Amino acid sequence: MDRFLYLTFDGLSRGAVYAAFALALVLIWRAARIVNFAQGAMAVATAYAGYSVTNATGSYWLGFIVAIVGGLVLGALVERVVMRFVDHSSPLNGVVVALGLVLIIQGVLGMIYGNEFRPAEAPFSRDAFQLGDVALLSRYDLFVFAAVGTVVVLLTLLFTRTSTGLRMRAAAFAPDVSRLLGVPVSGMLTLGWALAAAVGSLAGMLVVPTELGLHPNAMDLLFISAFTAAVVGGLDSPVGAVVGGLIVGLLLTYVSGYLGATVAPMAVLILLVVVLLGRPDGLFSRAKARTA
Amino acid sequence: MSALLEVEGLTAGYGAAPVLHDVSLTVDAGQIVAVLGANGAGKTTLLRTLSGQLACEKGRITVDREDLRGVKVERMVRHGIAHVPEGRGVVTELTVDENLRLGGLWRKQKPKLDGIYDLFPALAQRRNHLGHQLSGGERQMLAIGRALVAEPRLLLLDEPSLGLAPKITAQIMALLRDLRDRTGLAVLLVEQNVRSALSVADEGLVLALGRVVTRNDAATLAGDADLRHVYLGF
Amino acid sequence: MTTVTAPEKVTTNRPKRKRLSPLAVVIPAAAVILALTYALPPFRNYQLATVGAYLCVTAGLTVLTGLNGQLSLGHGALMATGAYTLALMQNRFNVLALGILAAVAVTTVVGGVIGLAAARLRGPYLAGLTLAVATVVPSIASTFDTTFNSDQGLTVALEPPPDAITVEQWQAWLCWAGALVTVLVIAYLVRGRFGRDMRAVRDDETAAKLAGIGVARTQVLAFVLSAACAGLAGALFAVLAQSVSPGAFPLTLSLFLVMAVVIGGLGRLSGALIGAVLLVALPEIAHSIAEDAGSQRLEGNLALTFFGVVLVAVMLAAPGGLASLRLKRNKQKGRT
Repeated sequence: MDRFLYLTFDGLSRGAVYAAFALALVLIWRAARIVNFAQGAMAVATAYAGYSVTNATGSYWLGFIVAIVGGLVLGALVERVVMRFVDHSSPLNGVVVALGLVLIIQGVLGMIYGNEFRPAEAPFSRDAFQLGDVALLSRYDLFVFAAVGTVVVLLTLLFTRTSTGLRMRAAAFAPDVSRLLGVPVSGMLTLGWALAAAVGSLAGMLVVPTELGLHPNAMDLLFISAFTAAVVGGLDSPVGAVVGGLIVGLLLTYVSGYLGATVAPMAVLILLVVVLLGRPDGLFSRAKARTA
Repeated sequence: MSALLEVEGLTAGYGAAPVLHDVSLTVDAGQIVAVLGANGAGKTTLLRTLSGQLACEKGRITVDREDLRGVKVERMVRHGIAHVPEGRGVVTELTVDENLRLGGLWRKQKPKLDGIYDLFPALAQRRNHLGHQLSGGERQMLAIGRALVAEPRLLLLDEPSLGLAPKITAQIMALLRDLRDRTGLAVLLVEQNVRSALSVADEGLVLALGRVVTRNDAATLAGDADLRHVYLGF
Repeated sequence: MTTVTAPEKVTTNRPKRKRLSPLAVVIPAAAVILALTYALPPFRNYQLATVGAYLCVTAGLTVLTGLNGQLSLGHGALMATGAYTLALMQNRFNVLALGILAAVAVTTVVGGVIGLAAARLRGPYLAGLTLAVATVVPSIASTFDTTFNSDQGLTVALEPPPDAITVEQWQAWLCWAGALVTVLVIAYLVRGRFGRDMRAVRDDETAAKLAGIGVARTQVLAFVLSAACAGLAGALFAVLAQSVSPGAFPLTLSLFLVMAVVIGGLGRLSGALIGAVLLVALPEIAHSIAEDAGSQRLEGNLALTFFGVVLVAVMLAAPGGLASLRLKRNKQKGRT
């Protein structure tokens, strides 16, 4: 039972990271109808940039900010320089171009930083608090919850309470009509990519200290988990992405904890297959279409 | 006083083959001009060119003597032009309220929606419903209402009667007349439904194969049996 | 030939001249390769063999993606399936023909299972699912480590070749025998009804269905065919390396395979050949550049970046993306 509790909290903490990453995928999907297969590589790139700054200045927070801002810039750049010019008549085109970006980013990172794992320090202790004999949460877990929670709240406010959010939603749903109403649609698309990439960068920064460290391929598995989370929630649903992230996080942690860490990727694959074949629109997409 | 909208020698269309040839027309403030013609005459193309969705290849478009050639679609609203496209263009994933707010976002100050809700009481009751929950008539009202939020000088209206019951069409036409009289709004109204268009318009313009074949006041056009027969098919 | 005038005819206008019989291409090719293996030094023979092994999988993939419109990012995992099957069979029976047949058979079955799921999925969903498949190889190898021996992998027991020829020469023969048989089978298959059905499904599923084509059946068959090809390729790689390990089938391999068929030109076997050559040549070029520069970090990463840049450039330069890469090909065929 103690172990179960510990795994549950650990799973929720992991799930929060997946949720943020899935949210990034959903943001771009809603804005551009592209699943950004380069999301993981982009997050790694900004994490490298962040930790370079951290190592040079000694300040984790400066690096953290650089990574998030780097995400904004990289997202906008990818949209303006590459994705804008992709023909979107077939959804495969965007996927293939994103995969090309993955290779470029991973290749360039490898050339600059090398292909070995670089240790990445966590800003807070990862030792769990004890409640009696039970290890529950670490300071770092709390930081993860706070960071992801803040992002979720900010994004919710942005999309439901602000004019910019309304513009972004309108531009995504009905670009032609939105243009007639004076909405700068292409600017909204760039903004969507920038925001999504920044959220992805946040997820990357959060996950790096909990894994082996920085590596050009560090987010490959994270991407699969986050993709699964986004599919579980329905690619269209931000709420679904958060719930999906938590579900995947819990599943992975329970499987790793009880069956062994090596089984976890298979569990993700099985979950993905089951959801795709059982409810291809995800668990939340329908409810979302009615309420938002 | 010069006209609000002046179009001179306009040639435009899709790519190599122009749809409109040498089209000239004027719309004064407070005037409703109906654009009539058979399918494929170029009516929708005319509106799309005026709102900047299609490039104007030759000719001149001015509103209040301001040249509008090369102005981007999303800037047109700042020149006082509102375009309600065919099929209404309500964003079905957004609520009524959000759709209306969208119409006024280009201004710095908060849009005043109360006036619109007064104009369309049916919308006021459904302000938190999603676009796709509305009936056809409600959607048309929402689209027009949203265009009015922008406080345009010129309203480009494409087939507002499409798919609507005659009673609702009549309501919309009455509303246009009322707006013209109260606010001096100018309307360029594209219609297949010639009778109801001419019932509300001051002047009518007949397009055939992308050219203006005649222009006259609405009553004369409505009474011209030959014209009706040849170009308008009733 | 005259140029194509009516735009709607571009896709339907088949070249009037009689197409070469696949055998008329494959038999001379076999002769050329055979001659080459005697002329080339061992290392080049090894590279030639690698091209042959790659050709097996790219030929299958170009059918799947180019002719049937399905994108798979998981063919690296299917190659791993073939490779591990061969290793296990060799270490037990040490009969190469049997090992290769078993590798193809097992991969075909695995491909059938994935293909059944794939036929219900489209676009990014299929890409995501197959990507997930590509990442589970190390996980499976570690979980069932008594069979697959985790990250270390397995060595492959092989009988030495006859004394008259070198190991590399023998490898080149073996791989190209596999590649040419694959190409031959695919060439005959896609000429007939199966090829027509696949193109119809790719271009318009609804229309294909209305024309009485079993859409799901065609998609599953295309996936199974490409899986069998990947299984063969995997088996050949296991023979080439004389070992198998998860590290030989990383995610990057699956991505490289997609790149190869896209860059080579989709839906054409000559495109698959170009892709296979690129898969060997680009890393080789990158390797020599890295050596000249004396930088270890360039090694591998330069090839990665090359592939990425070329891929993005090709996709952006082709106005319709993947589809136009196909169309352009048809037009060229019409002219020559």
